[in-house]
Amino acid sequence: MEKLIAGKSVAVNEEGYLTDFSQWDKSIAEELAHEAGISLSPRHWEVLTYLQNEHQNQVALSIRRIGKSNFVDIKEFYQLFPTAPLKTATKIAGIPKPVSCI
Amino acid sequence: MNTNGAIKKMMIILSKGTLENVYAAFVLANGARAEGIEAEIFFTFFGLEAIHKQKLEHLHVATVGNPAMHMPTMLGGLPGMEALASSMMKKEMEAIDMPDVHEFLDILTASGVRLWACKLAMDMFHYKKEDMYDGIEAVITVGDFYKQSAGEGVHMLFV
Repeated sequence: MEKLIAGKSVAVNEEGYLTDFSQWDKSIAEELAHEAGISLSPRHWEVLTYLQNEHQNQVALSIRRIGKSNFVDIKEFYQLFPTAPLKTATKIAGIPKPVSCI
Repeated sequence: MNTNGAIKKMMIILSKGTLENVYAAFVLANGARAEGIEAEIFFTFFGLEAIHKQKLEHLHVATVGNPAMHMPTMLGGLPGMEALASSMMKKEMEAIDMPDVHEFLDILTASGVRLWACKLAMDMFHYKKEDMYDGIEAVITVGDFYKQSAGEGVHMLFV
């Protein structure tokens, strides 16, 4: 389905995750973050970029992997995205929701 | 405010020290946090083994009295059987990216899961707070745990 985000019509799934990453840009991230009650700091952007790179490298994202990333630890990740961090951060980053239970 | 009965907090009581039960409690707590739900675990009776520094690395699956193991009870009782079954299970867990008990406790505390030890069981087993995993917030009574569970959308689960 299509959703109007930051004035652009983008393809999303039923949970609101972008289905075509090429449609993602920073204004879309800012609006999705706003919907989640988060205002993006420079550190948020670093983490979002990190997640996008991991996704591009086909790494299956999980909280455990975040903890082992040496980029951001689990505590900080929860501070940046307090509610359901992995779900929220991947949505803002324009990448699919991870399916891991851990 | 209408919250549609959404779960806000999971209060999990872990009373068993077998690997499969400990993991069940940990996965449920971790999964709650991943969904934006608060979670706390109250360790009591044999569940204390999962947070005892000297014991938490040596938990086993139950091979006796566990029909789902599909192993004759007599066989399950043989020396070394539990260790064998446990090491097989641990290999499978590593393969699906499941952390070991200590790392899992680290993940849970970093994710904001609050961990409590049961005072009565601690006294019964003669354990001290310093014997336990450092992330344990306090040794508390059942009454304290109930107070901790107050609020709407709070669910309690006994493992």
